Amino acid sequence: MHELSIAASIVETVTESAAAYPGAQVIEVRLRVGALSAVVEESLQFCWGVSTEGTPLAGAKLVIRTMPVVVHCAGCNADSEIGVQSFRCSKCGELTADLRQGQELEIESIEIEEPESASTVTA
Amino acid sequence: MTTRIVELRRGILKKNDELAAVLRQRFEAAGVLVLNLVSSPGTGKTAFLERTLRELRGRGARVAALVGDLETDNDARRLAASGAPVQQINTHGICHLDAEMIAKALADGGPFDVSGLDYLFIENVGNLVCPSSYDLGERIRVALLSVTEGEDKPLKYPTLFNSADAAVITKMDLAAACEFDRALALKNINEIRPGIRVFETSAKTGAGMAEWLEYLGEARRKQG
Ligand SMILES: Nc1nc2c(ncn2[C@@H]2O[C@H](COP(=O)(O)OP(=O)(O)O)[C@@H](O)[C@H]2O)c(=O)[nH]1
Ligand SMILES: [Mg+2]
Ligand SMILES: [Zn+2]
Repeated sequence: MHELSIAASIVETVTESAAAYPGAQVIEVRLRVGALSAVVEESLQFCWGVSTEGTPLAGAKLVIRTMPVVVHCAGCNADSEIGVQSFRCSKCGELTADLRQGQELEIESIEIEEPESASTVTA
Repeated sequence: MTTRIVELRRGILKKNDELAAVLRQRFEAAGVLVLNLVSSPGTGKTAFLERTLRELRGRGARVAALVGDLETDNDARRLAASGAPVQQINTHGICHLDAEMIAKALADGGPFDVSGLDYLFIENVGNLVCPSSYDLGERIRVALLSVTEGEDKPLKYPTLFNSADAAVITKMDLAAACEFDRALALKNINEIRPGIRVFETSAKTGAGMAEWLEYLGEARRKQG
């Protein structure tokens, strides 16, 4: 399973980004994961725990927002949300290969906790 | 203590995607058509590829292959029997190839120079899930499915089939013995990837190879 490589790359990116906020503690990492991204949520949560253990990210919560598949239908000129078993417009039933959402695999944001002094300095 | 939210909006596989984009540019500049073959272990990637390499070489094309394998070099040796240069990428247990492994294998001093090639085939590690997330810089991703695996494979692994540019059904010589439901398999592939080209082949008898080679030739000419 590749969730371990995914978790490792999240750790790397978050660590890099958090370095801009000295003294801050990352408390939450929010992801957008498409239904077609081939990532198993439970497995990613498990790998996140393993990958952050003993690092400054230990204890940070991983919040995964699943993005359903959305296709565009040329006939209806409309987007619709579908499952992953059949790529058909949910309005008219026509097959469509025009994918508009569902392949995401991204870090949306992180929530950090900063000591008061840090924020007064920057203010 | 104060908390704040920092927007990142960063692709988790951004590094891989960026490196794949560099590879893709390099392949296009070199005029080599690159294909990434993905399927379960045992589907027949190596057999299909060996036959493809042989037949392309027979027509005078310059071909080479990279093959990802968890631990052994068996597939590389089988492919090399076609006479084409073959480079093995041992992933040491990692379940997929990534762009960095391809870049390393093709670094200067490697077994072949991509600018001297017409076609480069990459046999991915046998796995129906993980390879679909990793762009290798290929132009065409080929998902393979054998008649012995069950017609519902595309429905069980939609990501792999949805991200493919072409599909190949292998071991067609065994279709009758396996009571393979051809119409159902084609319907399932088309439900997941509407309009995809599907080739029905046998590496043993050579069935379907002519059509496949014609498709390769066309894709190669389009590349210019
Ligand atoms: N009958 C038949 N057997 C095949 C065909 N292609 C592959 N095989 C057999 O299927 C097994 C797995 O093939 P291989 O190419 O190693 O699959 P890979 O793991 O996807 O590379 C081997 O025993 C092959 O001889 C075919 O077209 N017809
Ligand atoms: Mg093989
Ligand atoms: Zn419609």
